[in-house]
Parts: sequence; structure tokens; C-alpha cells
Amino acid sequence: MTESLVNARTPTVLRPPAPPKGWTRSRVFGYLLVGLWIALLLGLVVYLYSAWNIELVKKYGPTYLSGLGTTITLVGSSIILGAVLSIPVVLGRLSKNRIIASIAYFYVYFFRGTPLIAQVFLIYYGVGSFSKELQSVGLWIFFREAWFCALLAFGLNTAAYQAEILRGAIRSVPLGQWEGAASLGISKSVTFRKIILPQALIVALRPYGNEVILMIKGSAIVALISVYDLMGYTKLAYSRTFDFQTYLWTAIIYLILVEILRHLWDWMERRITRHLIR
Amino acid sequence: MEGSIALLGFGEGGWGPSIASGILVTVSLALATLPLGLAVGFFVALGKQSSEPSVKLAANMYTTIFRGLPELLTLFLVYFGGQIGIQKLGQLFGYTGTIEINSFIAGMFAMGTVFSSYASEVFLSAFRAIPKGQYEGGYAIGLSNGQTMRKVILPQLIRIALPGLGNLWMILLKDTALVSAIGLADILRQTAVAARVTKHAFLFYGTACMIYLALAILSSFVIDGIDRWAAKSGVKR
Repeated sequence: MTESLVNARTPTVLRPPAPPKGWTRSRVFGYLLVGLWIALLLGLVVYLYSAWNIELVKKYGPTYLSGLGTTITLVGSSIILGAVLSIPVVLGRLSKNRIIASIAYFYVYFFRGTPLIAQVFLIYYGVGSFSKELQSVGLWIFFREAWFCALLAFGLNTAAYQAEILRGAIRSVPLGQWEGAASLGISKSVTFRKIILPQALIVALRPYGNEVILMIKGSAIVALISVYDLMGYTKLAYSRTFDFQTYLWTAIIYLILVEILRHLWDWMERRITRHLIR
Repeated sequence: MEGSIALLGFGEGGWGPSIASGILVTVSLALATLPLGLAVGFFVALGKQSSEPSVKLAANMYTTIFRGLPELLTLFLVYFGGQIGIQKLGQLFGYTGTIEINSFIAGMFAMGTVFSSYASEVFLSAFRAIPKGQYEGGYAIGLSNGQTMRKVILPQLIRIALPGLGNLWMILLKDTALVSAIGLADILRQTAVAARVTKHAFLFYGTACMIYLALAILSSFVIDGIDRWAAKSGVKR
């Protein structure tokens, strides 16, 4: 009797269903797809091996490296420029003054609503066409250089995106945090610096990472205004050799760069949110 | 000022007609890419939430590769790589003439792969937002796998995914500007030609920006309309 009682009290625990054995339809399909990928990657490796040309590597390898350097410095400096420029834009977006708020809104709308390549052309060719006026105010040295024009266009563009990221992150901090600090008699600026911003930056970290990756990918278009970044040297190498492997190597380099950044950001996010894991 | 209006106008020496044809090319390229990207993105998302690890792996590789490559590079890979590939295929069948790839088709495929890899993420998060009970309810009343997907899941999925897909459409519209690099006569290409000929670069590139802005505003109205229409069929809360 006791036995039956015990049995009645222990509920039968349902195990999750075991994965299907044998060759189900989706498994066959999946193996086919993975096989296709492996075949493609093997084909790529075999092609790159068979097309290996030491002359080509000797001639264009160093230019690829310097191009990669240009890409990284251009993206790095435009991200920093954008971060600086985004602060007044965020203040404008959060301002209670309607004129300032609408100016900031239009700035963000313009730079997010038009293609980056059109903005780069507008600054390099468009502003550059006023060479006489620019010479008279001494700005011609700046706008003559394609690199500086790209930096300015990228900086203005990413400032608009970064401003939206920062604004969303600041908004995501609950109002109670402001009120709690105010009730302790902490001034507004200290509240912002020591209470709101640290919490907002955790929220903003992931979108910032996405923005950096988008900038690295977007920076390839400077090759079209004759800045020799990684893409620029690739175009040069292809136009001289008509060897398709020039593009494939660049694709591999960009993929590695983006994957490194993505994993770096995952690691950063894990580290900075350690205190939130219970 | 009057000179700029004449330059942009449709009259003698005006660049209006060529810019208008550029708008048509840009819009039709974006519209042609959309169904391709949506369909591929949907199936990649289905693969990503599959219980079979090999399908998941294949789908994840697709996104990793096409989200990691710059859009311009993807475009060049498709354009030049496709040209070489078709040439080789032609030689295999004994055709030795030169084969040119249409830049519109190349742009469509390149933009479609980029769009679909982003769309698959949007669809995936929409799939995760639909409770499992919806599938089980479908099976319980005797619907087959495909019927459940079509009649129960898909209508909800589209409603949840709409805002994300609207953002992707905006990105697609801007990305089409890149095809001017492979010689397709879109807005940017036409204004660039006008700028080179007339030496009014600022005016024409500024016009191009304003046209893209107008297209973005127009699409946001349309997307809002679709959003409202889709919300009507949803559950009233």
C-alpha cells in the first residue's frame, strides 16, 4: 500500500522527445547544404592555391596591408569624430526648445535618410567645386584631399547614427533613477555622469558595435573617390591584372576583420554585464 | 537660382528627364530585389530555427558571410565573378564569345543576398515571438505542417516582422545607390553625369540627396499604412 502511495505522489516526468534517429528528410537536406558550403569553401581554397602567384603577392601584398591600415585609421578616426559630434546632436534632440530639437531632428533625418555614397560625393565633388571660395577662406587644403572629405562625410554620417543610439540608451534608463538621485540631493550633471551614463552605455554597447561594423563595411566606398583603402588597392590590382583572386583575398580580409570585431564585442558585453547575471 | 531651375527642369538643356529615368531605375531595382530578398530571407530563417543542427549551421554560415562583406564588395564579386563564371560555363559548352552580365541583374542578386541575410535575422526574431502553442493548436485541429505554417504562423509572423522589414527596405533603397559603381543608370549615376557635364556638382549631388530623402519619406508613409492595415487584423487589446 505504501508503495502505491509513493507511486501516486511521484508525478511521471516527461522527458523531452529524443532527436529523431536515422536519415530524416531535414537531415538529408541539411547535410546536402553543409556539403555544398564545404564544396564551395574547398573550391575557393583550391582555386586560390592553383592561382597562387608569387609575383602578384610580392607586388600587391604590401599595398593590401597599407590599404587595410588606411581603412582602419579612417574608420577609427571617423568613429571618434562622430562620437564628439554626436554629443551636441543628442543634446539638441533631448532639448525642450522646439527650434533646436527640430534642427537636430532634421540633421539626423538627412544623414540617415540619404545614401552614404551620395553624402561622400556631395562633400568631395559638391563642396569641392567651390574651390575659389574655399581658397579665399583657407579651407581648400582640407577639401582638396579625398581622405579628409571621406573623414568629414563619415564623421557627419556616423554622428547622426550615434546620436540616435545614445538618445535611445539614455531614454532606456528609468526616470526613477533621476528622481532617486535628486532625492539624495545630487546635482543634475553629477547624476548624468555617475548614474545615468554608466547604465546607458551598457545598453548602447551592442548598437555601437554594430555601428563600427557598418562603418567598416561602408568605408569600402571611399575607393570610388580615389582614396586607396583596402578596397581601393583591390580595384587597382584588378584593373591591372584582371585576376579575380584579388577580390577574393579582400573578401577574406574583410570577413576576418568583421568576425574579430564581433567576437571582441561579445567578450566586452559579457565582461561589462557580469554584475547583472544572477 | 533661375539657372539651377533651368538645369533641373524638363526644358531645353534641362536634366529633368534623365534624372527622372534614374529615379525609375532606382525604384524598380529596389522593388525587384524585395521579393527575392524576402523569400530567401524567410527560408534562411526557417533553417536557422530548425531542430536539425546541420541545417542550422548552413543557414548561419550564409548570414555570417553576407553580413560580414561590404555591400560594394559583394556587388563586385557578383558582377565580375558572375561574368567569369558564366564565361567559363560557356567555354565548357563550346561558346567562345564574350558574355556581359546585365548590371541590373547583378545588382539585384547582390542586393538580394545582402537584404536576405539581414531579413533572416528579422524573421528569426519574429519566429521566436510566436508561442509554441500556436503550432500545437494548428496540429490539434488537424492541419498539416505546411497548412499550419501558411494559415496560422505566417499571418502573425508578417505582422511582427513588419517594423524590422520596413527598416530593411529603407536600407535597401539607400544601398541601391552602389550599383552606380557598376554603371547602372540610377539616380546617383545620372546626377553624376549631369554634374560632370555642367560643373554644378553641388546642385546635382544635393538634388540626388533630396530625391533619396523624398523616397524615404514616401516609403515611411506607405510602411505606416501597411502597419495600420496589418494591426487591424491583430488581436485588440
